[in-house]
Amino acid sequence: MSNVEGKLFIEPERYEFSAGPFHQFELARRDFFKILGAGIAIFAIAKDALGAQETAPGSRAFHNEELPKEISAWLHVGEDGSITGFTGKAEIGQNIRTALAQTIADELRVPFESVRMVTADTALTPFDAGTFGSRTTPTITPQLRRVAAAARDLLVGVAAKEWNVAPAGLVAADAKVTDPASGRSLKYAELARGKTLAQNLPAEDPITPATQWTIAGKAIPKVDARAFVTGKHQYTTDLRPAGLLYGRVLRPPSFGATLTSCDDNAAKAMTGVVVVRDGDFVGVAAPSAHEAQRALDAIHAQWKEVPQISSKEIFSYLKQNAAAKSEDRFRKQEGSVEEGLAGAAHQLDATYTVAYIAHAPLEPRAAVAQWADGKLTVWTGTQRPFANRDELADVFHIPESSVRVIVPDTGSAYGGKHTSDAALEAARLARAAGRPVKVVWTREEEFTWAYFRPAGVIEVKSGIASDGALTAWEFHNYHSGTSGVDTPYVVANRRTEYHPVPLILRSGSYRGLAATANHFARETHMDALARAANMDPLELRMKNLSDPRLRAVLETAAKSFGWPRKKTQEGQGFGVACGCEKGSYVATFAEVAVDKTSGTVRVVRLVEAFECGAIINPDGLRNQVVGAMIQGLGGALFEAIEFENGRIKNPHFASYRVPRFRDVPEIEAVLLDRKDIPSAGAGETPIMAVAPAIGNAIFDATGIRLNNLPMVPNGLRSA
Amino acid sequence: MAKPVELEINGKRYPVNYPSDTPLLYVLRDELGLTGSKYGCGEGQCGACTVLIGGAPRRSCQIPVSAVAAKPITTIEGLEKDGRLNPVQQAFLDAGAFQCAYCTSGMIMSSVGLLQTNPNPSQAEIVQFLQGNVCRCGTHPRVIEAVRQAAKMMQEHGR
Repeated sequence: MSNVEGKLFIEPERYEFSAGPFHQFELARRDFFKILGAGIAIFAIAKDALGAQETAPGSRAFHNEELPKEISAWLHVGEDGSITGFTGKAEIGQNIRTALAQTIADELRVPFESVRMVTADTALTPFDAGTFGSRTTPTITPQLRRVAAAARDLLVGVAAKEWNVAPAGLVAADAKVTDPASGRSLKYAELARGKTLAQNLPAEDPITPATQWTIAGKAIPKVDARAFVTGKHQYTTDLRPAGLLYGRVLRPPSFGATLTSCDDNAAKAMTGVVVVRDGDFVGVAAPSAHEAQRALDAIHAQWKEVPQISSKEIFSYLKQNAAAKSEDRFRKQEGSVEEGLAGAAHQLDATYTVAYIAHAPLEPRAAVAQWADGKLTVWTGTQRPFANRDELADVFHIPESSVRVIVPDTGSAYGGKHTSDAALEAARLARAAGRPVKVVWTREEEFTWAYFRPAGVIEVKSGIASDGALTAWEFHNYHSGTSGVDTPYVVANRRTEYHPVPLILRSGSYRGLAATANHFARETHMDALARAANMDPLELRMKNLSDPRLRAVLETAAKSFGWPRKKTQEGQGFGVACGCEKGSYVATFAEVAVDKTSGTVRVVRLVEAFECGAIINPDGLRNQVVGAMIQGLGGALFEAIEFENGRIKNPHFASYRVPRFRDVPEIEAVLLDRKDIPSAGAGETPIMAVAPAIGNAIFDATGIRLNNLPMVPNGLRSA
Repeated sequence: MAKPVELEINGKRYPVNYPSDTPLLYVLRDELGLTGSKYGCGEGQCGACTVLIGGAPRRSCQIPVSAVAAKPITTIEGLEKDGRLNPVQQAFLDAGAFQCAYCTSGMIMSSVGLLQTNPNPSQAEIVQFLQGNVCRCGTHPRVIEAVRQAAKMMQEHGR
């Protein structure tokens, strides 16, 4: 974003932004009660317990001084007994609205139905860096438990004062406080009535262990599911405030192209059409989508294009353009790889590649922007409402307190909705039009101007002893990223290095980040090592694993799958892969059927065991795990972005193949509930072992080793 | 100017002012406020905009309003009767057959269309019929289960 000759200048192509400096926003306690009515509220203050505030991938870390400074509520107990929980996290299909309400109900000792969550609204919810990195469960769940425990204490205190007894003897349960000595009780609603009590959140509170949960841990259905099956839920794309105009943006013909001339006279002459030219940004707003399209079509622009590399040459480009030596923080070494290789009975050297892939969320990027009295309100499906707010404030030179970003429950994201592109576009058009404007990206825009999971090259060199014990492990990732780059296998001699390469296509986070690529390389390589040593691939893994949680998921999944299995028909093959990331553990087994004549590869069955500590909602978790397995299947077999001359060649569902019903195999997800371990997030890790398990099964079926993702975009023969 | 088109949607008649070549989806969503039908691609490739036209599931983003003026149209908003969900809606609810749920309207409309012509579809027939509906969250197994349950419900209750 820059300011040229006093004009706003929007760069449509930007890599991930990092959040700007945090400023205090001014929702005072008094205003808060005005919004929600009297009652009892629990506030977080600067020194709150959210010490492990997450960082945005690829952006600078949030340091302590950047933790929330404002006073904002985490919980409100209303005079009618209604409970409202607040979180800056967004609901994007991962079902946190339900899981977090369960958590509050459990700790506050109230019926689940009485809890409502307010999510991802910069005016109402506490600051939050964003909904990513599987962080909601490990950070917000304990935070909300502390908040609920504090509220419970406050209510007990009010009752104790009312009855003039010591609070220690009172019991909070079933939305009321009871005095066992006298048998009297008061409902939370009664205790909250006529009061506007606020309490700061204590840093530490005793919270209920998982073994004693009564509402958390249960398979409670999605809270507002009926609104979705009736079509009543309003996504960002569905909003229609009064006076709404429909916005469209003129896109350059290729990445990096600059505007050299633009004739917008015909568009400007159209009734009701607003045309905005601001640097290279050209957009229109009109009373209907078809009028906006007509106006856009009437604009004649010329662009200066720049030569760019294509997907055909991407992998050699990545190797050739990596820094000669990467920074220290990207390099790790223990022992001597050279010595380890020298002492190995089998050595293996292999290169793996991963293509760019798209998130393709079914609800495209969208925003509705409305200006009133110099203040801006934006509804948008983003994973980073506060960062979007900061960027909007920055671009329009207004204080952050003048921007409100609200995230309606969103039609999925998978790491793809971090940026504020549509919000900026809608806000720019709305400011010019003086009316609310909605921008909904077309599917082609979504496939072209969003961002991608970066491509990468991975080189692995390894050695094993004759008994299968790893003696050396060297692992280099070029460009795709550092997530999951470390091996969980025990090996004394190892070297790991990440080699950054300048950006080619706009790239950003994607479910699991680079861990999917790194797991693919590592787990494919482990399989090849097992074959070289003539060992069972599961046995080789167990031989080199000490982590009991990883061993447990492997053993569990092996049992459900029936490993080892004998082949009963031509073209049948079985494979295994495993891994751990972000505090959770996964093992995946695959069965494939390969038709050697046609080259068709069909995944017949996937069995996955997953463990993420204590399970908060097994039904929601199962949806996440199965969903990740199916999504992982696309990247494993056929998803790839093709590009040439700065253009995406397959920006449609007809040419970019995503998993459909026919691709979905028989799926079994086994969830291990470890009540003794704090809950970890589950949005990402279940995707990671899918591709290598399938690839290893294809090898088992055919003897063909596939080292490139996607593995069979055109069937096996042309792979 | 051609005569304004009038549409029959969910048993009600609506005059339409948008040009007659406008795809039905935009008329439903933008002009009439029936936003339950979703925009997913505008190319007939994802199924999120599926509605019933004369009882058959069709991609509303691909059909100009002029082509459907004489035919009854049912959208997701028209399935619920007197506060009672259609068995397919109920089955999706019971099975939790959604994550972000953006594809759900289209999935339900396609499934209602399927069960009207094939009240007891096999798994393979369900898969074949829903092949054009994209779910990016990967909820396919639950969708199939929901369609099977809906078929069962409809047969048991003779609906």
